Amino acid sequence: MLFINHLNAIKVLSIKSGLTHLGKYVMLMGRVLSQPDRWRMFLKQYVTEMYQLGYNSIGIVLIISFFIGAVICLQIKLNIQSPWMPRMVVGYTTREIMLLEFSSSIMCLILAGKVGSNIASEIGTMRITQQIDALDIMGVNSANYLILPKIVGLMTIMPILVTLSVAAGILGAYATSLLGTTTVPELTEGFRYQFNQWFFWCGMIKAVVYAFIITSVSAYKGYTVEGGSVEVGKSSTDAVVTSSILVLFSDIFLTNMLT
Amino acid sequence: MIKVEHLYKSFDDKEVLKDINATFRDGEVNLIIGQSGSGKTVLMKNIVGLLTPTKGSIYYDNRDFVSLSKREKILLRREMGMIFQSAALFDSMSVLDNVMFPLDMFSYDAYEDRKKRALECLARVNLQGAENKFPGEISGGMQKRVAIARAIVLQPKYLFCDEPNSGLDPKTSIVIDELIAGITHEDKITTIVNTHDMNSVMGIGENITFICEGKAEWQGNNKEIMDATNKKLEDFIFASDILRQAKELHDQQQRMNRN
Ligand SMILES: Nc1ncnc2c1ncn2[C@@H]1O[C@H](COP(=O)(O)OP(=O)(O)OP(=O)(O)O)[C@@H](O)[C@H]1O
Ligand SMILES: [Mg+2]
Repeated sequence: MLFINHLNAIKVLSIKSGLTHLGKYVMLMGRVLSQPDRWRMFLKQYVTEMYQLGYNSIGIVLIISFFIGAVICLQIKLNIQSPWMPRMVVGYTTREIMLLEFSSSIMCLILAGKVGSNIASEIGTMRITQQIDALDIMGVNSANYLILPKIVGLMTIMPILVTLSVAAGILGAYATSLLGTTTVPELTEGFRYQFNQWFFWCGMIKAVVYAFIITSVSAYKGYTVEGGSVEVGKSSTDAVVTSSILVLFSDIFLTNMLT
Repeated sequence: MIKVEHLYKSFDDKEVLKDINATFRDGEVNLIIGQSGSGKTVLMKNIVGLLTPTKGSIYYDNRDFVSLSKREKILLRREMGMIFQSAALFDSMSVLDNVMFPLDMFSYDAYEDRKKRALECLARVNLQGAENKFPGEISGGMQKRVAIARAIVLQPKYLFCDEPNSGLDPKTSIVIDELIAGITHEDKITTIVNTHDMNSVMGIGENITFICEGKAEWQGNNKEIMDATNKKLEDFIFASDILRQAKELHDQQQRMNRN
């Protein structure tokens, strides 16, 4: 009985704290999504952020996608090999998996780790070293100045990263032909088979939505840090965990809505 | 002139400021002194609006800060400059960019003019030649001077300094104090300085407010402080042997003058 009471108390508390976070997050976004004080400064930050968050992630995206493309191709070949199955199925399935799930959702999940912790620790450090207070005192909208360029920057660059990821995955699949498991014409036929352009756009839409979730949630975690370096570290872990979970949740909704 | 009336501030159930009344005059260095933890930083944060008072009013030349609209507050903030206890320089920017930042944000001058103004301010704090360094590459005293340059670049009417010489050696402290006093007198700024450094008190204290356990106990200048009869103030000021001896000498002199 006592245990159940205890459980209920925890439930009530966690719902309450969840709602508090949601409220604070919405209020912060209200400040973020407003007109920049100076467009010139916004554009400067925007370009920097695209470089920092996007350009610097190209390497990891290409490497991971290349190998995953190759592995998916090999696995499918191994698992569905049978005389009744047309040979182009391997290419077709690889393409669908990359396009629909891996390059958009899983890739963004990986980037949530890289980009999310980066954003939360950068903004969190600015908070505890009073750099954000300094901005506020100057009459600068600190939330807008610091966070908006990150959100817009990653939303711009994420679709490009996803496209690169699909391309690298397909290259990886082609690379398996070097091992002799598949042949290039077979794969090409599969890649071309019943191509539905809408699926590509689904990936793009997902990418943009995830980019917003990752940047805004991580920025929120960093912006609301109180305390010292330990709290900054915690906020950066929180940022990755929370944005990953939210990406996975929205994946279900988006997949359901878009296809 | 900045006037604080019946100001209260509590965190949860902890009352930090209790009924503070104080006046800070134009063109003078106004000091807030008190023990560590007495609430100096909290008082300053309330005055500049980084914290909201629980009760009470703050007047900036008869503008009631607490009841200003958000927009008016932002405009008033452009008349303020602040130097934080930790300098709070933007560590991703060079010294020159730090000083130019307020201009980049709010001035419509051409780049060359903005740069010229920033270099003027750096020269004023004796930092010629350091403009391309980063905050991480310069000493604490230099960081404080950069912070001063950044705070005065927009020619503020109100200047706030939270322990400008904490962590500095006595000689550098005096340099910083004199810089602040000089700028205050030349530009007729209303300057408020938080400190517990007795050298500053005796050196530049033109209008001193003594805070003890969240109450404003005494207000006067550095001449009057020697003759003050407030018990708490005496305990705070004459805590060290040297100052106690100075006080005895001073009292002897007073007695001799009277005889
Ligand atoms: N955000 C906060 N939440 C709760 N308590 C706080 C907060 N900020 C300050 N306090 C409390 O208010 C009191 C006064 O703190 P404050 O920082 O103003 O001291 P101070 O006079 O500036 O000291 P120092 O000279 O060491 O800087 C302290 O007891 C502190 O614990
Ligand atoms: Mg303090």
